This record gives sequence, structure tokens and C-alpha cells, in this order.
Amino acid sequence: MKRTLTCIECPIGCEIEVELEDGKVVSLTGNSCPRGKIYAEAEVVCPKRVVTSTVRAENGEMIPVKTDKPVRKDAIFEVMQKINQTTCKMPVALGDILVENICDDANLIVTGNF
Amino acid sequence: MFDVSIIGGGVVGGLILRELTKYKLNVCLVEKAGDVAMGASKANSGIVHAGFDAPVGSLKAKFNVAGNKMMESVCADLGVKFHRNGSLVVAFSEEDFKTINDLKARGEVNGVEGLEIIDQPRLREIEKNISDEAFAALYAPTGGIVCPYELTIAAIGNAMDNGAKLFTDFEVVDIEKHESGYIVTSKDGQEIASKIVINCAGLHSGEIAKMIGDSDIKIGARKGEYILLDRESGDFVQHTLFFTPTKLGKGILVTQTVDNNILLGPTAEERNDSTETSANGLAFVIEKAKKMCKNLPLFNTITSFAGVRAYSDKHDFIIEESKKAKGFIHCAGIESPGLTASPAIAKYVVETLVGGMLPLEENEEFNGIRKPDYFFKHLSMEEKNEIIKKDPSYGKIVCRCEQVTEGEILRAIHENPPAKDIDGVKRRTRSGMGRCQGGFCQPYVAELIAKERGMSLTNVTKNGKGSNLLTGVTK
Amino acid sequence: MKNTYDIVIIGGGPAGLAAAISAYDNGAKDVLILEREEKTGGILNQCIHNGFGLTRFKESLSGPEYAARFVQGVRERKIEVLTETTVLSLTKDKRITAINTKDGIFTLQAKSVILAMGCRERSRGALNVAGTRPAGIYSAGTAQKYVNIKGYMPGKRVVILGSGDIGLIMARRMTLEGAKVLAVCEIMPYSSGLKRNIAQCLDDFDIPLYLNHTITKIEGDKRVTGVVVSKVDENKRPIAGTEMHFDCDTVLFSVGLIPENELTKEAGIELSPRTRGAIVSQTRETSKEGIFACGNVLQVHDLVDFVSEEAEMAGRYAAKYVLEGKTEHDYVEVLNGKNVSYVCPQKVDKNLDEHVKLFFRVTNTFKNCIITAKCGDKILAQKKKQIAVPGEMETLMLVKNKLSEIDGNIEVSLEVQE
Repeated sequence: MKRTLTCIECPIGCEIEVELEDGKVVSLTGNSCPRGKIYAEAEVVCPKRVVTSTVRAENGEMIPVKTDKPVRKDAIFEVMQKINQTTCKMPVALGDILVENICDDANLIVTGNF
Repeated sequence: MFDVSIIGGGVVGGLILRELTKYKLNVCLVEKAGDVAMGASKANSGIVHAGFDAPVGSLKAKFNVAGNKMMESVCADLGVKFHRNGSLVVAFSEEDFKTINDLKARGEVNGVEGLEIIDQPRLREIEKNISDEAFAALYAPTGGIVCPYELTIAAIGNAMDNGAKLFTDFEVVDIEKHESGYIVTSKDGQEIASKIVINCAGLHSGEIAKMIGDSDIKIGARKGEYILLDRESGDFVQHTLFFTPTKLGKGILVTQTVDNNILLGPTAEERNDSTETSANGLAFVIEKAKKMCKNLPLFNTITSFAGVRAYSDKHDFIIEESKKAKGFIHCAGIESPGLTASPAIAKYVVETLVGGMLPLEENEEFNGIRKPDYFFKHLSMEEKNEIIKKDPSYGKIVCRCEQVTEGEILRAIHENPPAKDIDGVKRRTRSGMGRCQGGFCQPYVAELIAKERGMSLTNVTKNGKGSNLLTGVTK
Repeated sequence: MKNTYDIVIIGGGPAGLAAAISAYDNGAKDVLILEREEKTGGILNQCIHNGFGLTRFKESLSGPEYAARFVQGVRERKIEVLTETTVLSLTKDKRITAINTKDGIFTLQAKSVILAMGCRERSRGALNVAGTRPAGIYSAGTAQKYVNIKGYMPGKRVVILGSGDIGLIMARRMTLEGAKVLAVCEIMPYSSGLKRNIAQCLDDFDIPLYLNHTITKIEGDKRVTGVVVSKVDENKRPIAGTEMHFDCDTVLFSVGLIPENELTKEAGIELSPRTRGAIVSQTRETSKEGIFACGNVLQVHDLVDFVSEEAEMAGRYAAKYVLEGKTEHDYVEVLNGKNVSYVCPQKVDKNLDEHVKLFFRVTNTFKNCIITAKCGDKILAQKKKQIAVPGEMETLMLVKNKLSEIDGNIEVSLEVQE
């Protein structure tokens, strides 16, 4: 089975062709860097994404957050639900962990200084 | 019990209301929408016509010429921008040339001063972007421009400052005649009693007339679509440029506005009361504007819109006491040149019609001067700094395109008649009226409205009930 | 307060911050940044998604994270920043009039000015889209501000016009926050957004992208109730009979960015009709001596990484101008050749002994093409591309030892290889 993917690792957006046999990658072409290879190999097995969103702090301000690692694509809305229930006290700083292991070993971290 | 109530918060109703406050009368105005100037007075060409167009002997001719002469001082008192930029009726053919000569003759009979036929070299000299095909024009130096909603808001605001009452969201559904006058009832059951009622309901003046048994006022709706260009192109034309009227109509105009934008339009679509723009309508405006001018800077388009104008089947103004109902005055079918005529109509209605029904006793406390909404922009740096020192909100620019300060927006929210929503603030301050069309300032203005009116951001509307900006919170 | 500065930077977004740091590090210590918002960082503050900084920092940062590095840099250098201050006017003599609540209206004299005002979004009005004008029509960036900064939802059922990156990002963002994005319509046959954003913002959430389609009518009296979308022909005219109707309460416009050059014009600086930004040399100096421009106010960039790079260049040369004074220039023009819509810088000073990076955009989608910078018949630089699209800015490097070969105007062009 052949699959064509658009690499999301960088702005180039390489079109990568992956050939699969019994769920295993047998050939991979079109990537222009090693990151593309890693992305494509993961994407055909278990696609993952970094989730970015906001958390409403106790004072009402919106705090930008992200998962510090990609999480399973099919868990994105579960993660969003947890994010929406999360709140925090001010001040917060870049890198502060708001939720440990929100999903797949990834933490939810603050991405700005407030 | 009011002495006089006015139905309809357009420019005619607004100026009548203000005129009434010059006398010791208890007066009010009811308006169906959430703000004033929401009908024809919101979206028209803003032209103060010289008066050569109206048929000799018509009410249009009479009030046009008189209104034109009054406009300058009315605007000065109300702090409304007015510019006598002069208008040109441009001839493209021999037939047009004949027509503009006829117009000149008609204008002179109507009492228009200064009319002149100018030749191509002169035309090109005064309008550098005029089409090469244009070869002559009727020049009317008394033609001018004014912003119709600015004038309406200022007139009603000044009337309120002088004691008049305004009821918005008051849609009249019933009018009952009593011994001493009328009771006007709104859709939600509010009642207002007054000795005299003046029908200034624009598009709906026929329906209002019917409520008191007058069924011979027949009002049609004519839609007009416009395109507005950024003030960066503000000097594209200097005068108001009209096509020579033909059997097919007057065509569109190209004009500067008092806020230094360029306005193109309108189309004229009969029997259409929607304010939707259409691809065909806008294409027509562009096609005609390109015929009038070369180098049309369409890349500076900032918005397009449509307005609806009311006209009567008599094609003249109807300004009279109802033959069926004593003490009920109609101002209906006030189509172009209605804006120009409005100060003269107001004076006539109050002095002659109302004055014939009630004793008019001068109100010594009347103050006809209104501080303009945009006053801050025109002050010197020292004066501005004085104000900022007292009220720092004038040091915060909210609308970057039109350079409107927070202080001006707060003022618009609290002044008479108060701005209640985004478009209300926009019409009073020009915040959101510029090239980014509120992209940057709208969230800020919405927060100011929410705070000042003590409401949640989700209840802030763009333009009256049901036009909420937001549907909820994110978390 | 002080009223003279060596360098005044108008705008504290990514361009202004990077320019300030660079000016400082190149010896100009007397620098002031004027920023109209409450804090610096510009539009990055509301771009909470990741993907910034891959070129520059080799990692994927969110907008606020990217901004924080430069904010930190400015703070460490103790560069003066005046926030909530709007510049009202700029003269060619580098006099700046600004306003804020604390100081009122005041005037500053700078030896050098760096323009870093960024850009604004094109609005619905600029497109003459027919229909009504109810609530629920936003430019994508305004919606982004409501969602990410204010915490409010502009709508529940959304149609997006324009497949620029902000539109794509907002399609995902609105979806994550619980809205239903029904369609993204693009009048061109290709998206102007990055391919990876189509993948991760639309495809991931099964949001359809309709190429060669546009909104032909907006409906609704008080609030948007629907839109009509039509297919367009090769001249971008709607094709009758192809209308699709979407019931939606919101329309987002992501239809291009326009450099905010009102101050620039006022100062009498020459603008390029192509970029709608100032005409500059490789130092980013405009037609007025000592006034520089960088970032999106100069040319709309796809990536903030390039904004930072350009701003550093402007900062460095502004510092040089302040420290060393005026130098002799020997300009040649850089012209848009075949299949190239614009090149920035628009002129090259041959007297400078440094590599010159040319930024440009192509006019259409081209496959297997070769891009060349020539002077007469001399090839100054050349590169092959498998694919070049208008949505992605291209670059070409003129190495410094080639500059001496230049004896006339430079032309950048693209040829498709057979």
C-alpha cells in the first residue's frame, strides 16, 4: 500500500511517498531532511500532533499553552476537554507546567510570560 | 402628555425635533430601530443640492433652494461637517449639452445662484481625473456635501440637550385619536400621548398614514448601492460629479465626502427595500464611475453598501396636515433632495403647520450649539494636551486608521443620543470606518461598550437587537 | 522625558524588537521602541499555534514563545520601550509625533528611524462581496484576537474565505474550540497558505478546501445566516449554476495582508506599487536618508524568521548610519523579470561589500523551473526549483564578489525548463 503525506515539520511541506507492507514501511521518498523521515514513519503508524490552545487563568486572562510533545491525533479533543477545565493562578511564566502528563506522556505548558 | 411627538428618527424628524425645542413645547421622537438615522438617512449620497434639478414650482424646488441656504449655519451650530465643494453636471454628448443648458435655465427660475456652463479646458483644470470624453459641465458653486447620519445624530442630540425625549426600539403599531390628541402605541405596548403627531417615518410613512385612515400616501422604496474609497484617494475628485440626466435616469455620482473619502453610486432599483448589495449593482457603479473618471483608484475600495430611499407616487414631497386627521402632520415622500431640504422643511413644519395648531412661545433657554463629536481631532496640540491631562482617555488611540481616541468613544457612548452598539460608535466617532474596517479596533470598542453599559461582552451588538458580535466564551 | 534619540523604532512587534537588538549590538545604544499595544510582541501574541522559529532556532515555537526571546533580548539590553503609545506622524526630517495617556502628545527627534509597523488584513469591504452587512463577519486575525486573547467565540458555524495561513490556522483553532468549520473557499486554483497548514489544519479535521471558489453572497439581517459559494472561471468570475449554500453564523476573511504605510507616505517616502511597502536598498534604507523599513511593513513575509532576519539587517545599518554618518551610494535597480511579481530590495548599493539576499515572489505555480538574477547577459545568481508558488517567498543570494561585475540594472526572472 502506498500513501502520500504532506510533511508538517517545517514550512517546506515536502510531499512524502511511503510504501507499506503489513504495516511496515518498506520505502520512503520525497523527504528533504531526516525530520521528514521520522515524521512520515510515525504518521503512517500513529499520527501525533502538538496541541496548542489557551487556558483561562483565575483572573480571566487567557494564557497560551501547548503540549510539550506531540500527542495522538485521535486524542486531540480529549486533550482539549482537559485544557478547557484547567485554570491557573497568576503570574505564570514560559515553560510552567499546568498539567502533568495530559496525554501520552506530554505535559501542558505555558508558552508566554504573564 | 407631549405637545408634539414625531415618528421616525431620520434627518427630517431630527431637524423638526430640534426646531420644536426652540419653543416652550414638550416634545419627543419615537424610532423603530435601536438608534437614530437608521433608514434613508444612514446611507445616501450626502449631497447638498444646488436646486436646479427640481421641477419649477414643486415643493422640492422650494425647500431645496431654501434648505441649501440654511445648511451652512445649521451645520455650524450643530458642529456638523459641511463643505460647499460645488457640483458639476457633466456633459458627454450634444444632447447632454442641451440638457445642461436647460438645467441651468431651470435652476435660475428656481432661484439657484451662480450657475455657469464651463468648457472642457476649464473642466479639466478643476477636475484632473475627469474623463477625456467629458466636454462641458454645468457648474453649481452652491452645491455641497454633508454627512446625513452625522447631521441627524447631531440634530437629535441637540434637541435632547434642550429637553426633547427620544424613544428608540419603539416600532409604532397603532395610533388612536383622542379628544385632545393621539396615543401612539409601540409593538411592545408602550404608549405615548401627544396633541400633535408628525409622521416622518420615511419608507413607512404610508403605513403610518394608514393607521389614522389616510390611505392616499403611497410610498415606494428605491435601493441604491455605493462603493466607498479610502481617504488616501480623498483628492481624486474635488466636486460632486453628476451625469447629465437622461430618459434613463440620473445615473451615478462621483463625489468627495466630508470625511475625505470618495463615494461612488448609487444605483437606483425601484421597489426594492433591502440593503443587500449585489454583484450586478456594484459592477454597474464601477462601470459608470469609470465612464465619469479616469485613473479610478478602485484598489483603495474600503467598503460597499446599499441604502433605501423612500419616494411617493406623486414624486414630490408631501408636507401637510392630514385631511382626515386634524393635528396629524405628514412629511412623506422626502426623496432627493430631501437631505438638502430638511432644515427648510423643519422650519416650515414647525412655524407654519405646528404654529397654526399650537401657540409657539420662544424657549429662552434653547441652546442650539452642539460640540461636535469629532472635536478633538481639530484642536491644537496644546489644547489636546490640556484635555489629555484632565482626561487621559483622550491619549489612547483606539481606531488607528481614523485616529479616534478612547475619550471620543466614551463620549459617544454617553452623549445624546447615546451610542449603544458598535455601529452606533462608528457613526458618531468614525472608529471602524477606515481602511481596516474595524479589524483592529472592534474588540476594543466592544469592551468599552460592555464596560460603560455594564453588560457582558457577549451581549454587545453590532447593530441593534439580535446582532451580537460573539456567540459565547471559549472555556 | 527625553526627546532626542539616536534611533526610534516605530512598532514593537517581531520586526521592531529584532531591529532594536541588532541596532544595540552594533553600537547604537540610544534606542527607543514605540509600541501602541500594552505589550510588545505584536501579532505573535495572538498566534498561539506552533511552527515559528524552525529556520532561525531549529525548533518549533509558539508565537508568544518566539516573541519572548526577543522581548527578553530587549529587556537584557535595557532598551527603552514606550508602550500604549501611538505614532501620529513622521516627517522626512525624522521628527515623530506620538500620543499616550501619560505624556499626552509629544514630539521626538531621531537621528535614524526604523519603520516596523507591520501590516493589516484586507477586509470584506475591499472585495465588494455582495449581500448584507450583519454581525458575524470578521477578518481572520480579528477572530483570532477574540478567541486567543479575549477568550470569546465569534461564532459556531463558520465559512472561511481565503486559504492564507491565518485562515487555515483559524479553521483549526475554531474547530478545537468547538465550532464547526464548514468550508474554506479559495478563489485561486492554489492555496496561498503553507502546505503543512493545509495538512494539519484542514485535512486533520476533514475541513473541505474549495479551490477556484468564492463567496458570492452573504445573507442575514442581524447576524449572518448563510453564504452562497460559487465556482469561478479562469477570469475569477462566478459560474452560474455552481452555487452552493452554507448555513453558517460566521464568515471569516483571510484574503491578504496590506503593509501599514500611512506614516511612510506622510514622510514622503517612495513606495513600491507591487509590495505596497517602501522602496529600499539591501540595507533596508528607504528613499529618505536614515529612515529604514523592515518586516511586514516593507513586504508581507510568510515566516517570522525572515522578518527577524530582515529587521536585524535594518537595525545594523541604522546603527551604522548613526555611528558613521552618510555614506556614498552607487545604486543599481533590481527589476521584476519574467514570471516574477516583485523583488525586495528594489535597489542594490554596489559600494557595500556584503552578500545581498534578494527576496521575491513568483506570479504563478511553476514546476521544474530555474530562477536567475542577471545583469545584462551576466548571470549573477541562479537556482533550480522543483516547484515555485506565489504563496511562498523565494530568495536568491548575490555573493559579494559578484557585485563588482554589476554594470547595470539587475533583473530576476523565472524560466520553466522543458
